[in-house]
Amino acid sequence: MTDINAYQGPAEAGFGDYVALLKPRVMSLVVFTAFVGLWIAPVPMNPFVAFCSILFIALGGGASGALNMWYDADIDAVMKRTAGRPVPSGLVPKGDALALGIALSGLSVMMLGLAANWFAAGFLAFTIFFYAVVYTIWLKRSTPQNIVIGGAAGAFPPMIGWACATGGIGIESLLMFALIFFWTPPHFWALALFMNNDYTNAGVPMLPVTHGRKVTRRHIFGYTLVLTPFAIWLGFTSVGGGVYLAVSAVLNALFIAGGWQILRRSDEQSRADNHKVEKRYFRLSLYYLFLHFLALLVQHWVGAW
Amino acid sequence: MVMLPQVEHELHKRRRSRNLGLLVVLLAFVALVFGLSIAKITSGDMMEGYDHQPRASILPKDPNPPARTAPVAAPGTPAAEAMSQQPGASQ
Repeated sequence: MTDINAYQGPAEAGFGDYVALLKPRVMSLVVFTAFVGLWIAPVPMNPFVAFCSILFIALGGGASGALNMWYDADIDAVMKRTAGRPVPSGLVPKGDALALGIALSGLSVMMLGLAANWFAAGFLAFTIFFYAVVYTIWLKRSTPQNIVIGGAAGAFPPMIGWACATGGIGIESLLMFALIFFWTPPHFWALALFMNNDYTNAGVPMLPVTHGRKVTRRHIFGYTLVLTPFAIWLGFTSVGGGVYLAVSAVLNALFIAGGWQILRRSDEQSRADNHKVEKRYFRLSLYYLFLHFLALLVQHWVGAW
Repeated sequence: MVMLPQVEHELHKRRRSRNLGLLVVLLAFVALVFGLSIAKITSGDMMEGYDHQPRASILPKDPNPPARTAPVAAPGTPAAEAMSQQPGASQ
């Protein structure tokens, strides 16, 4: 095929490229955890209103994703994992990402307020602000604890879901927050242990880059130990029960064992088997969170305490 | 008139995908707002807010409402005449 271009015009983005700005994979986690928070709350909701609430929470999450891609276009271009995103690849202009992010933020917050209640809407607005401004603009490039604080943004969705149904906060929703909040650092640090070069090139201060990999291994194990009591505690609240406690006990035992293995390994051993243990721990962490929330759903279905 | 060959560039295909996508999103949004309205209205939520004008419909419910009495038609209206023709009418 012959294709002659006199000059390379600006690339034209398709609809999918704008959808990619909203980070659909992150959105799926937001949808799932927000749904669980809303569904297991003690106040029943009209199913259609519940569906709309989840949709607007997801849209708010997508909006913060677009704002993140607007601000982080420079470092996304350097990292292999993110170089193909719509803004660094030149498909979508930076300004478009900013405009889409701001417009969807406003829309999602207003619509959540109208669909559910204004407390939940304010909570969503705060979450978007926290992810886009506190995490992306302020902390991501300035401290190796960026993951810890950024994790809070990812931990808010079940609380927002709970707030949609109840109009407030409960110990159960705070513990769901803690579950994601303390899960995030070991999850991302395990990833950073085998994706180190990406972050080094981009100059993002990840813990393995700034404090070394040995410290990172200690931190992973430490956070695993902090996480466990909160996960178990959730099983003794009004949303917990036998099913949840059984699932949680198994997952936490596996998670601590994995963290212990990571702690005991040296970097030479890790490189020798191509980070096998770290990769396994990372995969386990994905199941850990998913199965905890699935267990909460099942527990609600069979009846909590 | 000279007919130019219709050549569709890949660029046009992408542009169309964007326009169609936006159409679907807007239609879905309309459907969503409509559905929300129906859900809200049929679930019987309090839809009236206080607009700085006291009115009977926003007063709290009377726990001991007065017994219902028969409706009284205004004198001189066809309804009043119809009632007066009924057996046992007071007027």
